[in-house]
Amino acid sequence: MEAAAATIVTGFVLGGMYALVAIGLTLQYGVARIMNLAYGEFVVAAAFAALWLFTSLGVSPLLGLVLVMPLAFLANWALYRVFLTPLVRRAPDAGALETDSILATFGLLFVVQGVMLAIFGGAYQSYSYLSVPVQVLGATITANRLVALAFAAVIGGGLWFLLAHTRMGTAVRAVAVNPAAAPLVGIDMARTAALAFAVGGAVVAAGGVLVSTFLTFNAAMGMVFTMKALVVVIMGGVGNLMGCLVAGLLLGLTETLVASFVDPGLTLAATYGLFLLVLILRPAGLFGVAAR
Amino acid sequence: MSNAALGLSLLALAALAALPFLDTGFWLALAINVAQYAVLATAWAMFSGPTRYVSLATAAFFGIGAYTVAVLGEALPWPLVLLVAGVIGAVMSLLVGFATLRLSGVYFVVFTFGLAELVRQLVTWFEVNVTRSMGRYVFVEISQAQILWQLLALFGALLALGTWLARSRLGFALRVIGEDETVARHVGIDTARAKVALFALSSVFMALVGAVMAPRWTYLDPAIAFNPSISFTVLIMALLGGTRSLLGPLLGVVPLAMLFEVLTARFPNHFSILVGVVFLLVVYALPQGVSGLLARLRRGAVA
Amino acid sequence: MNSTITRRGALGAAAAALAAPAVRAQGAPSAVRIGYAISKTGPNAGGAAITTIPNYEMWVKEVNAAGGLRLGQARVPIQVTEYDDRSVSEDTVRAAERLVNQDRVDFVLPPWGTALNLAVAPILNRAGYPHLASTAVTDRAPELGRRWTNSFWMLGTGSGAGAGLVEVLAPLKQQGRIGDTVALVSVADGFGIELANGMRPAFQRAGFRLTYDRSYPVGTQDMAPILAEAARGNPEVFVACSYPPDTLAITEQARVSGFNPKVFYTGVGTAFPLYKQRFGAATEGVMGVGGVDASSQRFQDYLRRHVASAGREPDRWASAITFASLEMLQQAIERVGRIDRAAVIRELQTGSFDTVIGPVKLQNNLLTDLWQVGQWQGGEFYGLMPLNKQGAKPAILPKPAWPAA
Repeated sequence: MEAAAATIVTGFVLGGMYALVAIGLTLQYGVARIMNLAYGEFVVAAAFAALWLFTSLGVSPLLGLVLVMPLAFLANWALYRVFLTPLVRRAPDAGALETDSILATFGLLFVVQGVMLAIFGGAYQSYSYLSVPVQVLGATITANRLVALAFAAVIGGGLWFLLAHTRMGTAVRAVAVNPAAAPLVGIDMARTAALAFAVGGAVVAAGGVLVSTFLTFNAAMGMVFTMKALVVVIMGGVGNLMGCLVAGLLLGLTETLVASFVDPGLTLAATYGLFLLVLILRPAGLFGVAAR
Repeated sequence: MSNAALGLSLLALAALAALPFLDTGFWLALAINVAQYAVLATAWAMFSGPTRYVSLATAAFFGIGAYTVAVLGEALPWPLVLLVAGVIGAVMSLLVGFATLRLSGVYFVVFTFGLAELVRQLVTWFEVNVTRSMGRYVFVEISQAQILWQLLALFGALLALGTWLARSRLGFALRVIGEDETVARHVGIDTARAKVALFALSSVFMALVGAVMAPRWTYLDPAIAFNPSISFTVLIMALLGGTRSLLGPLLGVVPLAMLFEVLTARFPNHFSILVGVVFLLVVYALPQGVSGLLARLRRGAVA
Repeated sequence: MNSTITRRGALGAAAAALAAPAVRAQGAPSAVRIGYAISKTGPNAGGAAITTIPNYEMWVKEVNAAGGLRLGQARVPIQVTEYDDRSVSEDTVRAAERLVNQDRVDFVLPPWGTALNLAVAPILNRAGYPHLASTAVTDRAPELGRRWTNSFWMLGTGSGAGAGLVEVLAPLKQQGRIGDTVALVSVADGFGIELANGMRPAFQRAGFRLTYDRSYPVGTQDMAPILAEAARGNPEVFVACSYPPDTLAITEQARVSGFNPKVFYTGVGTAFPLYKQRFGAATEGVMGVGGVDASSQRFQDYLRRHVASAGREPDRWASAITFASLEMLQQAIERVGRIDRAAVIRELQTGSFDTVIGPVKLQNNLLTDLWQVGQWQGGEFYGLMPLNKQGAKPAILPKPAWPAA
């Protein structure tokens, strides 16, 4: 019994990390409609920033968040305004924007990765921060993973509050649900999308900083995060924050339960299987509303 | 494509088949790479162009074909191996096709990616727990020239099939689906069957390319066979070339393959940055891909 | 030379243009052209950046600083052609064809990793280039050495490294210093599986019992559940046939959860300087694949030069072997005294070489005398097995408790 409780706690912590890494994408893709293939590179870039702050300047990653998040917000705002707005303007329909954003962010992926390779090289990186054991319901978890889970909860909760209870948040949700109708009710599409993209970018950066405290990473690993985040976002339902959290936790729990009680060799097969099954049963994701 | 254009294309392919008599080294290797992507991207666009379904399952079918060779390559005669690879590809694509009918847009995109990863994980698990070994050695007596010839033959077959398809009822049905699926259903088109049939045709070609390429690298493991970068490269090449016409993808394949080649050779230390920059320039300068540019130039010339 | 000049005078400028290359061929060339394609991007970049690239660069720098390779009487500098293979088999094949057929380099250095070495092997074989595979580990190495007689397999076999661990542990069990329970986890990829396959029968023969035996997929991001299951039976021996990111994650999880079996073994990455940097004093007693003879003057000297050249330490497994393979190539070329690849291959097959890993003589194209098991002791990763190899240390047992973080 205790073993099962420990497994579930471990699964929650892992799922929280998946959700954390995916929240940013649900804003960038769900609201701003940018299929950002360079997403994972931003996760890794933030991880490198945290590594550099910590090892060179002795700045703790939690303090680093305060520096990295606003920077990422500004960088992503500029990125959307300068690079992506022209694509949004010229796209005749959602499909065309999807194609264009795939192509453009694929180029961006290479640029960001190339810059990281030039600065940091291709070697694996890892550092030790808050790697002390914490007992939670019989499970031994490292403190840094718990911190990441707590931040996932704070960021998820904070975003949910903003989306549900502020005017800007309502505008963002309106764009996510029906981009065609939003301008009709006086919503500034360009501004809302840029804001969603930038907030998404800041959340990605937070995710990157936090996972760097416990994952070994290198400059070539961005795609892993991009695809994981895409799976979580799609499984939850595009643009749905709650869906993203639930999907992340479900995937984490599945992975841990399968590792403990079935066969660790099947963990990834099980998570992909679950993902495919969800889509077959609910073609618009767990919380998505079927379009068309 | 007109009969004359098809005839010319097939002649050009036949001429290319003479290449191994001129050079068996680097140029042959480069030709194989281009031919590989030409078949993959054209097959990809054959399904994704008219239906506008963006698929990331290329690696799944390519990998299944390659693995078929790794498992059966030394046990069966070569044509039979290819047949088995094609059949497995077809069966898998039919299963997937029917499972994904209700998916649209990005849901389909990520589903197909998940599928490729699932297949890779299952093959890995099977190898580790049942055959108790990982990584297979492919010592099949197939020369590099023969690989090129097979790829060219596949490409020729694909062009002929595409030309025939464009004139057939199926091709017409697909164009209607691409324009508006609801309309298609209203005019009595069985959209599901049409889409799945096309998906299967396209997937069989991908599986065959995987099978043909497998003997080239001596060693195969799931990470090589089901490498997601195959899916992405094919997608990018086809989108860049343009998916509206049969030869459109080729216009993305050739320049991109050359670009990758030149950049890896000339700037091994800055490959990523340069390829990214070139890519961004292309996306901003060529909104409708290379074939869009050609179409505009042609219009400009006429006017 | 003089006779050529006279002839030049007699036959005029046109003939001189034709004659010039012929004169070149008799004397030493102006440069020895060495080419390689290596994974600068993609999933292999992490391994190549640690083990291969720093050694290639350091070797070229050192040789050229000494004036170049000695061909007969002359010193000829090395000229490098390098490509990025992007960790893709197809790109690696093409890059090798380019080096051999377009650039016509004199020698080709191998790519990083088993899969890519196998991808280039047929090309280098067909073109008659020596192929010193210093980062490929495969159980079929003996067969490959026979199949491609120009290829040399320097990193042993997975099952050899696996059986090596049991060879270290079996006497310890007989002396009653460790019990007979073993938990084994392995990454579901080529080397991880071969290593585990080598251990299983060896453990059985030596009378050990496997209390846990599972594999996990590449890219697993949380080792906690696997480690919790492995630790359940309180095994005396814990073995992870792992890859670098998992090696770090497994060690971290074991340390944090206080799982401290008498023998703690992890796979690829244990010998990385990153491992020591990450875990510091906690590395004491951890075993892994690889090892060095740190008492050797040659190795200490190599270590110092590597730090000076690359700005960081080499890994304690394939790094020194990679550099040794370059020294062997250099000595073979210099003994032959000209660019004659067939003669260089023959020299590599039969010659004895003096290298940073000590004297080397290949057996049937294989390096057989290499460290199979190492252990962190006092901040250095010493070789333990082969037990009778020069510099072998006795194992520290039991592994001391993990120090508090």
